[in-house]
Amino acid sequence: MANASDTILTVENMSVEFPTLSGITSAVRNVSFSIGREKVGIIGESGSGKSTTGRAIMRLQPPKAIVKADRMQFEDVDLLKASEDEMLAIRGRRIAMILQDPKYSLNPVMTVGEQISETVILHERVSPREARERTLAMLGRVNIRDPERVFDLYPHEVSGGMGQRIMISMMLIASPSLIIADEPTSALDVTVRQQVLSILDELVIERNIGLLFISHDLNLVRSFCDRVIIMYAGRVVETIAAADLDQAKHPYTRGLLNALPSLNHPRDRLDVLQRDPAWLEN
Amino acid sequence: MTMIKVDHLAVSYGSGDKLTRVVKDASFDVARGETFGLVGESGCGKSTILGALAGRNRQWTGSIEIDGEAISQKRTRGQLAKQQLVFQDPFGSIHPRHTIGRTLLEPLEIHGKDNRQARIEKVLQDVGLPHNFRYRYPHQLSGGQRQRVAIARALILEPQILLLDEPTSALDVSIQAEILNLLKDLREREQLTYILVSHDLAVVAHLCNRVAIMQDGGFVEIATRDQLLADTVQHPYTRQLMDGSRGYVGKRSPHLSAIPRSVTSSVLSPDAC
Repeated sequence: MANASDTILTVENMSVEFPTLSGITSAVRNVSFSIGREKVGIIGESGSGKSTTGRAIMRLQPPKAIVKADRMQFEDVDLLKASEDEMLAIRGRRIAMILQDPKYSLNPVMTVGEQISETVILHERVSPREARERTLAMLGRVNIRDPERVFDLYPHEVSGGMGQRIMISMMLIASPSLIIADEPTSALDVTVRQQVLSILDELVIERNIGLLFISHDLNLVRSFCDRVIIMYAGRVVETIAAADLDQAKHPYTRGLLNALPSLNHPRDRLDVLQRDPAWLEN
Repeated sequence: MTMIKVDHLAVSYGSGDKLTRVVKDASFDVARGETFGLVGESGCGKSTILGALAGRNRQWTGSIEIDGEAISQKRTRGQLAKQQLVFQDPFGSIHPRHTIGRTLLEPLEIHGKDNRQARIEKVLQDVGLPHNFRYRYPHQLSGGQRQRVAIARALILEPQILLLDEPTSALDVSIQAEILNLLKDLREREQLTYILVSHDLAVVAHLCNRVAIMQDGGFVEIATRDQLLADTVQHPYTRQLMDGSRGYVGKRSPHLSAIPRSVTSSVLSPDAC
């Protein structure tokens, strides 16, 4: 990408710890990465800390969690020092988050239109009329055919794919510069997934913003993102250009790739990942 | 030899005004030892076919023959034991407050089998779990281990057919590989016949000999594994699913990304699509 060097977010040595009865559990350990105007994927198994990383950037971690870092810089804001009020102005406005299942992440008792306009009304203090106009335009932008009708629907009245497009329009209406998408298509069918991803792809390129795409689907991230961060047990084990994923060096990444059944390279038996305790040392 | 023969199967839910015909017309047969795949998007009726085969749903018409024996809507226990289901989510399909031993004991009690303790130990060994796991609770197990328990529960009645409803879609890639290998081993060792429901064509191509692609309650195509691998499937819907399981297929061709953004975005605007 032409201006990928234009860094939006820099995270250095971030750790997230949860105090438990049996001592401190580290969910994320010394993670460093930066995101420019590009699509960056985070890949890992469940429990590898990928979602915790995404949430810690937005400071949406559970109250008991302890986030430590040498540096967390988002554009001109130091996320480590920002007050809760400042964070309120950032969340939704400058960093937006798309969650996995629209069924649970949309408010069931508000119409779709109200929920989307709420973002602009809160962040940009526009009139309800203008918010409505912008919402309708945004719904049209995510390829919803009849925005006027969809505006007044409740979340239970829309399909999963449409729900996720509604989520995307809600997240993009305030023109954020970074989107964190946490498994945005895992709850969707393969055919619908293509539509949702191409809309997300278009918008990210059109608005020239950064996308942090959290997923466990190697094929998806490989084909969708520009760069891939591979996480294992709370650590970044490898960062690699998505196109070069086949040449990944780390045994964990290689193990994941070999464990994947493939239509192009069928094998009689799949390799089972052999975990090496040495991966747990940085 | 044909293990399962299904002719003009139609399955519905509800009655009167609320009658929904989920499976409209499905015909297929599965040979002994074969693995037959069912693929399609949510709501197309693939799990409903499994439900009818397993005896969970009795509201079906058409004919089903299992192991040469015509099945009616009412079945004997012996007939029911012949095919067993494995569900998608091992976190939801195992009783959270029963030990694994008790979970495995239940089918044996229902079907009045003898030698219960020995059977439990054997089945745990078959799915690659240590004996002492029978004293554990589901929350003490990982997702992959739980799915092994779900497979053990299905196997304990010594069925000839396993009906697998998305057995690996709730699992990580690395764990999925273990379970797929286990299913392959079991199929060879126990001479089992599988029907596998999945949305991932790569998983289906790995395990199945043939696969039916479903849309809206019917089959659009029955493809062989070789057709999937050689990429010679006929129906456009199957093609769409194949592309989907390879990951994201961008609308941009690679050289297009060199074009300035303003041009790209106008090309990609919704009216242009």
